Amino acid sequence: MFATTYAIPDVLVFAGAALLIITGALGVIVMKNPVHSALSLILALLGVAVAFLAQNADFLAAVEIIVYAGAIVVLFLFVIMFLGVDKSNHPHVEPLVGQRWLAAMGVLVTMAGVITLMASSHWVSGVLSSSTGGVALATGAGNVTQLGDSVFTTYLLSFEATAGLLIIAVVGAVLLARRERPADSDDDVDVTGRVDGGGEEPEGEWWVVNEQTSEEVDS
Amino acid sequence: MTVPASWYLVLAAVLFGIGAFGVLTRRSALIMFMCIELMLNAVNLTFVTFARTMSDIGGQTTVFFVMVVAAAEVTVGLGIVVAVFRRRESTSVDELSELQG
Repeated sequence: MFATTYAIPDVLVFAGAALLIITGALGVIVMKNPVHSALSLILALLGVAVAFLAQNADFLAAVEIIVYAGAIVVLFLFVIMFLGVDKSNHPHVEPLVGQRWLAAMGVLVTMAGVITLMASSHWVSGVLSSSTGGVALATGAGNVTQLGDSVFTTYLLSFEATAGLLIIAVVGAVLLARRERPADSDDDVDVTGRVDGGGEEPEGEWWVVNEQTSEEVDS
Repeated sequence: MTVPASWYLVLAAVLFGIGAFGVLTRRSALIMFMCIELMLNAVNLTFVTFARTMSDIGGQTTVFFVMVVAAAEVTVGLGIVVAVFRRRESTSVDELSELQG
């Protein structure tokens, strides 16, 4: 039935993307081990990248894999390894009574509402937007050209603002992840002061020692 | 004819629902961040689908900016998780209850 209406390759690409996305997303919320969840997240992101490719978003598909699967998930894995893998998720312990049931009901109602809304709507299609100069979305290198034109002309101010956002995020992350020395226990203060003078701290966690070593190297 | 937009929209809705369920039920802050990423990707998929349907590159541009914001959010969020773990030796959000009255 679909064969007469839709092209077989397109349907197969959609089915593959849907399979990747659903499997990966379910894996993220089902897996007990956070590392397995992160790997499932990569699977879901690859599925989203396939869906992007199938819809003339070639550049975004590449960015999806490079930035999300390549950088963000690696950051997740780094933090998981840094903090130590804890499998202390007790599925049978429920701190809030009925939380899981209520969450499932709320999500199902919302999804059903959204899908019903979409099923009863008629989207305007086939109209060529003025944002692309009245031409249709291009694929391949043309997509990069169109996206670049849009980012660096229409949305130039937003693009510049993202530069500031990223700088703020980097500074914030460094400040947050840095160890606060005055926040230590009181009997540690003298020891910390001595360390700043160049001595060695006899006790403390390993990452603290690494941090101070790198600071000494820098100075 | 290519696959209709509604298929991708339903897929995005399902992905968003799975992510929302994960945020509501999982207790590890790291898993909750991953589920937020899933929800962001569901919205990105919707944007790209509408960009194709309406032949408007603005949808893809929005996805570009959403990705930038998501990267910044993950960076700061994971910094907060690390900072909390240093004090509490745990990433479970149930144990962070000092602010309750």
